[in-house]
Amino acid sequence: MTTRGSGLAIPTGPIKSHLATRRHVLDIDDFSQEEINEVLQNTDVMKEVLSRDIRKVPTLRGKTIFTLFYETSTRTRASFEQAGKIMSADVINVSASGSSVQKGESLYDTALTLQAMNADMIVIRHAHSGAPYFLARHLDASIINAGDGAHAHPTQALLDLYTIKSHLGRINGLKVAIVGDILYSRVVRSDLWALTKMGAQVTVCAPPTLLPPDFLQGFPEEHPFAGVKVETKVDAAIEGADVIMALRLQLERQEAGHLPSLREYSRMYGINSKRMKLANPNALVMHPGPMNEGVEIDPDVAHGAASVIEEQVTNGVAVRMALLYSLVTPSHNGSKS
Amino acid sequence: MRRSLARIAHEIVEGNVGNSVVLVGIHSGGVHLANRIGDFIEEFVGTRPPVGQLDIGLYRDDLGRRGRPIMRPTSIPVPIEGVPVVLVDDVLYTGRTIRAAMDALNDFGRPSSVQLAVLIDRGHRELPIRPDYIGKNIPTSLDEAVRVRLHENGGDDEVILMWGQA
Repeated sequence: MTTRGSGLAIPTGPIKSHLATRRHVLDIDDFSQEEINEVLQNTDVMKEVLSRDIRKVPTLRGKTIFTLFYETSTRTRASFEQAGKIMSADVINVSASGSSVQKGESLYDTALTLQAMNADMIVIRHAHSGAPYFLARHLDASIINAGDGAHAHPTQALLDLYTIKSHLGRINGLKVAIVGDILYSRVVRSDLWALTKMGAQVTVCAPPTLLPPDFLQGFPEEHPFAGVKVETKVDAAIEGADVIMALRLQLERQEAGHLPSLREYSRMYGINSKRMKLANPNALVMHPGPMNEGVEIDPDVAHGAASVIEEQVTNGVAVRMALLYSLVTPSHNGSKS
Repeated sequence: MRRSLARIAHEIVEGNVGNSVVLVGIHSGGVHLANRIGDFIEEFVGTRPPVGQLDIGLYRDDLGRRGRPIMRPTSIPVPIEGVPVVLVDDVLYTGRTIRAAMDALNDFGRPSSVQLAVLIDRGHRELPIRPDYIGKNIPTSLDEAVRVRLHENGGDDEVILMWGQA
């Protein structure tokens, strides 16, 4: 049973990681299909950890993760914190309110402070698009974008992919309708990249005042979103859809004059049980949260049988664990072999 | 290989008289082997022991230093509290994988004992770890590599010793 020799390289060891060279998660647009699939596969493993009696693994022992939030958040920040803690990292939360940011400290100086405290990873949410890129250029730590302006929210896109795939078995070829405030939503931008890259047929739907001009004009043929359909009538968007994703109507937008009234928006664009009948019978209802129930989504749909909204939250923890795992680097004082 | 695994199965049965063991294969090499040993035990005593699988990616002490392998699913089908567990792997080398596997196992409960079955022991331990059941000892040098290929992954069962691969 033993042969000596051959000298051929035989690929029986661990499967090589496509994420091995990745240092940051700044956007989803630079993820390859292989990288996305690897994150989804690792997320599956993390879900198993979440189902254990003892939800603790030693993977990130001795690592320090700072969450630096310049905007409010419940689930994103809490899920990063939980993900880090389950993996034994030390997680320190810094939010703009209640920190020196209120005293006028710049983003750069705040970031240098965290670096001086040996941050291994920094999870940042900022109102300005590009803030995570700025940190990645100037710091040694791995940077994870937890939402920047109306630009990107890559971890949300990954958890959405995972949630869809775990229910429907695939993403390629699915019809996904995204309904709501497309103009200001960073979630939709990242979801569009992620879903189109994985082969879904995406329709975005909103009143014309909540659609960016380039969406209204239609994308040129060579544009990555060329296959994305743009609808202003919600029934047409939902018809035959496998996934319906409602987006939060940012209530402050009404004051900006985008909408005549919330009630009208709800009547014309709200996801309700009557509209759900137009969708595929097994369709999933998703929402990145926080919801305005009764505005963009009716309570009976949000908490109904088709809803996977709470599961999105659980999956968010698992996805973030998978990303933390993929970004972990050897200790600075460890031997580098 | 078949004879070695059959002998290991016999020894596991003999070594655990009156106890029902749980076999746990370590990804990636140990999972198929654990299943095969489970088949042999079923053949010998009539009942198949529970067979689980374990990925140790989250417990490695060299994470990031040697890359971050894609993880495979862990599933331990029955509670392991108070029962003997036999870890199964293909090649025993430094012992670091087994150390990580023991840590991982502990998170699922406290087995009455943890035993170790390996197809190949190639020496060069870096930790005080010793196998209870060995298919074959193959003395190697550090610049050699041992690969176990199994028909479950396509091809034949074979153990290949390669040099200049370390």
